[in-house]
Amino acid sequence: MLNDETLAKYYMTVGMECHVQLATNTKLFSGSDNDERNKSPNSVVSPIDYGLPGMLPVLNRKAIDLAIMAGKALNSPIAHVSRFDRKHYFYPDLPKGYQTTQMYYPIIGAGVINIPIENDKSVNVRIHHAHIEEDAGKLTHFGNYSLVDLNRSGTPLIEIVSQPDIHSSAQAKAFAMELYNLMTYAGVTRGDLYHGNMRFDVNISAALKGAKELGTRSEVKNLNSFKSVQRAAEFEFRRQIELLERGEKVVQETRGWDETKQKTISQRSKEDAQDYRYMPDADIPPVILSEDEIAKIQSTVPHLPPYYRESWKNIGLDSTVINALISSQLNAKLLQRILVKSGESVARRVGIWLLMAINDQDDGEDTTKAKGISITDDQFIELSQMVDKNELSSTAAKEVLFEMMNRSEDPRTIANEKNLIQVSDEAQILAIVDEVLADKSSEKAVTDLRAGNDKVIGFLVGQVMKKSGGKANPSLVQKLIRKRVQ
Amino acid sequence: MTISEILNQIKSTSARLVVENSIKLAKENESYHALLNLTSERALKRADEVDSGKITGRLAGVPFVVKDNFLAFGAPTTAASKMLENFNAPLQATAVEKLEAEGAICIGKANLDAFAHGGSTENSAFGPTKNAIDTDRVAGGSSGGSAVITALNVVPFALGSDTGGSIRQPASYNGVVGVKSTYGAVSRYGVVAMASSTDVIGSFATNVADAELVTDIISGRDERDMTTLPDFFKVQPNAKPGQKIGLVSDFMTDGVDSEVREKINQYVEKLRSKGHDVSEVNLPMAEYALAIYYIIVPAELSSNLARYDGIRYGHRAEGIKTLAELYGKTRDQGFVTENKRRIMIGSYVLSSGYFDAYYLQAQKARTLLINEFDKLFEKYDVLIGPTAPTPAFKLGENTADPIKMYINDIMTVPTSLAGLPAISVPAGTNKAGLSIGVQLMGPRQSEAMLLSLARSMEDK
Repeated sequence: MLNDETLAKYYMTVGMECHVQLATNTKLFSGSDNDERNKSPNSVVSPIDYGLPGMLPVLNRKAIDLAIMAGKALNSPIAHVSRFDRKHYFYPDLPKGYQTTQMYYPIIGAGVINIPIENDKSVNVRIHHAHIEEDAGKLTHFGNYSLVDLNRSGTPLIEIVSQPDIHSSAQAKAFAMELYNLMTYAGVTRGDLYHGNMRFDVNISAALKGAKELGTRSEVKNLNSFKSVQRAAEFEFRRQIELLERGEKVVQETRGWDETKQKTISQRSKEDAQDYRYMPDADIPPVILSEDEIAKIQSTVPHLPPYYRESWKNIGLDSTVINALISSQLNAKLLQRILVKSGESVARRVGIWLLMAINDQDDGEDTTKAKGISITDDQFIELSQMVDKNELSSTAAKEVLFEMMNRSEDPRTIANEKNLIQVSDEAQILAIVDEVLADKSSEKAVTDLRAGNDKVIGFLVGQVMKKSGGKANPSLVQKLIRKRVQ
Repeated sequence: MTISEILNQIKSTSARLVVENSIKLAKENESYHALLNLTSERALKRADEVDSGKITGRLAGVPFVVKDNFLAFGAPTTAASKMLENFNAPLQATAVEKLEAEGAICIGKANLDAFAHGGSTENSAFGPTKNAIDTDRVAGGSSGGSAVITALNVVPFALGSDTGGSIRQPASYNGVVGVKSTYGAVSRYGVVAMASSTDVIGSFATNVADAELVTDIISGRDERDMTTLPDFFKVQPNAKPGQKIGLVSDFMTDGVDSEVREKINQYVEKLRSKGHDVSEVNLPMAEYALAIYYIIVPAELSSNLARYDGIRYGHRAEGIKTLAELYGKTRDQGFVTENKRRIMIGSYVLSSGYFDAYYLQAQKARTLLINEFDKLFEKYDVLIGPTAPTPAFKLGENTADPIKMYINDIMTVPTSLAGLPAISVPAGTNKAGLSIGVQLMGPRQSEAMLLSLARSMEDK
């Protein structure tokens, strides 16, 4: 096992590739349904996807538009001319014997995105490029035979390739999450991680701190959750350090992630690497885009996470809360509306409530489903106003909030039903205060308070609260006690 | 017989009779091995539908034949290969659909070099087609079957594909008209792909007017082929005198058969006598055309043939144990030697480390060739030369030496690489009676003009 001292000698370098399934209705080169979820095998396959003789690709313009939008989200330029190429290899899930991709002239050029990490810090990760390509089908192996399902064959993807600018497993996870946010916000992908809508390949190397050259890298392919990105990076880093500490060499290879064993497993080494014989695809004319066309499509991209972060700078929420809220575009939009309507202090309170609501719904670390909360803006605002007006204590407000999540009822109705409205009527509270102070059991406390022992006021407030059935406004109670005991 | 003669015959008798006659003629000429399969049942059914008035159009009831690399109903689409021997197409090529929409009736599938790899039809997995004039000689290729069946007057026209001369050269060898349009003029959808950047669909006919009619029907934009151009083809009146014509001297060297040169010179004289202005021009890049072609085309076909893997359709090797063995044996058994040779060349030139030296270099040279053509067409309306350096050669004469075989494409390959329209029309015969073709080449989208010029030169 590695001790912290050994671990601290090394520096992690990570570059990532991310495959994003584009949310088009049809496939990249055919009219087949592009949503293969819950479809029986080989039921959304056209002659083109099937690689029948004589079939030709017809480029789906929607995929180009989505890539243009992705380019904006990635802060990266769109090429005015991009082209498609063929990547050749034989495998039963690859009907044409080649994958159509963009090797030489990708549609999205180099850029940089800012990734928020812990403690209000952030790192810049450069994007090398991103290109459009088609997905392959899938093979399922049974005993001595395998079956091919081509439903996914021809699904449009963009592959985002980062520079090796990531230096911890937490950063790797943060990068994956931010890519997910950017791509889902921009509407580029459906973002269903369970169905592999986004898949990450992580290239990891370990080198001694201060070393001029990077260590030999290994690549862990096909990770489909943020958690597995982080764990695979961490596992690989440690595995490589263990090898290096023993004086062995890291082999450049492709590895897979075993989710049940929580470890990476060697799949193939560089020596087995195929020669893909890349070649321009003459069946697809170059994609030529004017600046106007690009600008027009990009103008339809909704606000992205960086916009919300900037906009919420003065709300007074810390970055962890903000990032948690941003993980759902619905919540981000909701909070932004509330900020615009009701200002920073309401937004701050609603932000915290939203986070509580999310955490309550969360069934794991990696929930990526759009978190739908059925509470309206106005209900949130009213709830906040009730707190402002001292009608609800913050504890009572939480109780109301959780009830609101279960049924679409306005907060006042729920507060009334649950008898949570605070009593802020002075005369009413004063009557209780007088009653408590006159009680024998309060005698000592009253004396102590008069003598200057301020701590005892808590006891007296408690007594009043108890008598009021918890409904008295505690700060008012305290004020009135002081008034009487002076 | 011409298309209009056949249409008259249908009018006076019936489409059924005409189609039956065509099928009968095809059977009588079986020894040429021009057809791999007849599509009699479907053809006769359609003929009856013409007679009942259900099918109409400019070609209602006119029989034709397709090269067997077109996906078409009625018989398997084999590409003359074991790989697709039993492959029944679930849909038809756009060109076939367009002809059928005009009422034409496909009676059979013509022989070719397997996957259109070759220039003699000797590479057919099912045996060669024999020349229509001399059965000891080759049909030319790769669209040999289509050329021979047209020359034998079994049908008035046939479809072919031309990647480097596969329509023009067999047209020349069999004395018929062959049209290779501008790249992108005719949809490639539904035609077994050879080389995506030079494959062109075209036709054979016994006279220019028929070729024009067929070209008119099959041309035009097809949403299923992104490389197709908007329809520009329109039959033109006879070319006016005074056309500037360049005789490509690089195609008239001593290495070219003297009788071929003689026929071309006669054609040139006739052009002059009709008031055209013919002068000699040079196309120096033509020297490199074959070298360029035999890098780019194998590269592209090695890719286009990757789909024949025995997994989903077509031939699959028996008794295999591993995936590698499945691929290896299936492809070994399904492809002929020439297919394998070209796949290997293509795979080699695309390999990492060789791509820049071969493929990219060839593409650069190709651009130079295109520029050279473009420059010539600034001054000339048409270029002219032989279609092939010799008349049809003997069966087996070149099979042992691929280079000798490839050299027959030397005059047709340059326009293929440049995507230019080119047609071959009969220019007479040599002393032995073998046919010689003259090739007319023009700038992009000039095929209507080339055909109108050729039509004005026909002996009526």
